[in-house]
Amino acid sequence: MARKVYVTVNATFDPEGSIHPQYVIWENGTRFPIDQVFDVRPAASLRAGGAGIRYTCGIRGSVSYLFLEGTRWFVEAKNTG
Amino acid sequence: MERCILHVDCNCFYASVEMLHRPETREVPMAVGGSEERRHGIILAKNDLAKKCGISTAEPLWSARQKCPELLIIPPNFPLYLDFSRRVKKIFSDYTDQVESFGIDEAWLDVTGSIQLFGSGEHIAHEIRQRVKQELGITVSVGVSWNKVFAKLGSDLKKPDAVTMVTPENYQAVVCPLPVNALLYVGRSTEKKLGQLGIHTIGQLAQMSCEFLRGKFGKTGELLWSYANGLDTSPVAHQDERAPIKSIGNSTTTIRDITTPEEARLVFTVLAESVGTRLREQGLFCRTISISTRTVKLSRTEHQCTLSRPSNETRTILQTALALFTQGYSWNHPLRSLGIQLSGLTAASDPLQLDLFTDPADLLRQSQLDRTVDQVRKRFGKASVLRASILLDPALTGFDPKHQIQTIGFH
Repeated sequence: MARKVYVTVNATFDPEGSIHPQYVIWENGTRFPIDQVFDVRPAASLRAGGAGIRYTCGIRGSVSYLFLEGTRWFVEAKNTG
Repeated sequence: MERCILHVDCNCFYASVEMLHRPETREVPMAVGGSEERRHGIILAKNDLAKKCGISTAEPLWSARQKCPELLIIPPNFPLYLDFSRRVKKIFSDYTDQVESFGIDEAWLDVTGSIQLFGSGEHIAHEIRQRVKQELGITVSVGVSWNKVFAKLGSDLKKPDAVTMVTPENYQAVVCPLPVNALLYVGRSTEKKLGQLGIHTIGQLAQMSCEFLRGKFGKTGELLWSYANGLDTSPVAHQDERAPIKSIGNSTTTIRDITTPEEARLVFTVLAESVGTRLREQGLFCRTISISTRTVKLSRTEHQCTLSRPSNETRTILQTALALFTQGYSWNHPLRSLGIQLSGLTAASDPLQLDLFTDPADLLRQSQLDRTVDQVRKRFGKASVLRASILLDPALTGFDPKHQIQTIGFH
């Protein structure tokens, strides 16, 4: 199981209506630029709990999922507790 | 050409949506239950672990807790379920425009015209099953057949996350041995009556003569016979098609037992306002008004009367309901639930026969008053105009009859 963490995302909206997330701001304020978006599709997050549009992103050399659930963004964070 | 119909059923829908959003509830017996304070305290859906403890849907919460003291009961989140229902149906609409909902968590799809494009019915069924699972994180079971009744029956056979084919080749082996109550439209009472005739399986029902069943059950008997033989030809409605409304009704289980006529009058006032507004929204008049009562002993009665002329006035609905109630209810027991239903619906644009004893100016005034109140409420909220009597007992009248998930029938 993972922790569901809602995050702030800066994104560009292109004239066709597509959303391109640029960077994620983590809970503690750290900024993580998104190097590349590999895939965009509707998907459920069974690990964190929820469903929405899943952006498969390259962040700092690793692949992470970023979900747009309604109007909120969330990521699947490692359970540190 | 033989049709290809899918029936898709979301498994333990409310519980599945909750388990998706609260991963911790997947590992424990969990159920979605109504509010005990508002006296809707029954199990609405449960997960597999709760099912293993013997908990069944519609069981009172106290009884479920007795069976499984560690049962986790979650209050329902209807807006979320409606949103998921909409998202599931959006997936269906990628395959056909003939999608007919049957409640919040089931639908039929006629994919006859899509087979050339997407592959066989079985293939489409598996694709839908996988997409719902991957995109929404819940599971569905799908029945595939050449008619709606067998497709629905098929979706009940293998659960969860499965596809069942009911074809002309295998239906005698798959369908005939099933008990009659597996068939759509066979409830407890029909099952009992069929049992008395020695009909226990769908196969036995199919072998009876249609005339015999018609003699015993009337039109329903004929229908059941055709269902059992796979002869149901009812079409799957188009997505934007709405079945004509046959009746409009609202009922409520009150927050506390109703012990006086005054309390009953308050509840009927809220119900009459709600059904009246809905009737006018649809541009309809009604000719028949019925009320239903359920006592604390759970015995249910209904009374109805036909109006001398069709009406859509809240005043008439309320007065008629109260008259029916006063004449029909003898206060043997306190009441637990009340309802009003309007039927015999006609279009508001139909000509109205006036009579010598009704003042047409009064009818017009009343109609303008109702319309104005509807508009004010639409613009400024339901609480912007209230009858003073509603404020006498806000606890009793504080329910919102309009915001309920309505059940629907097959016919």
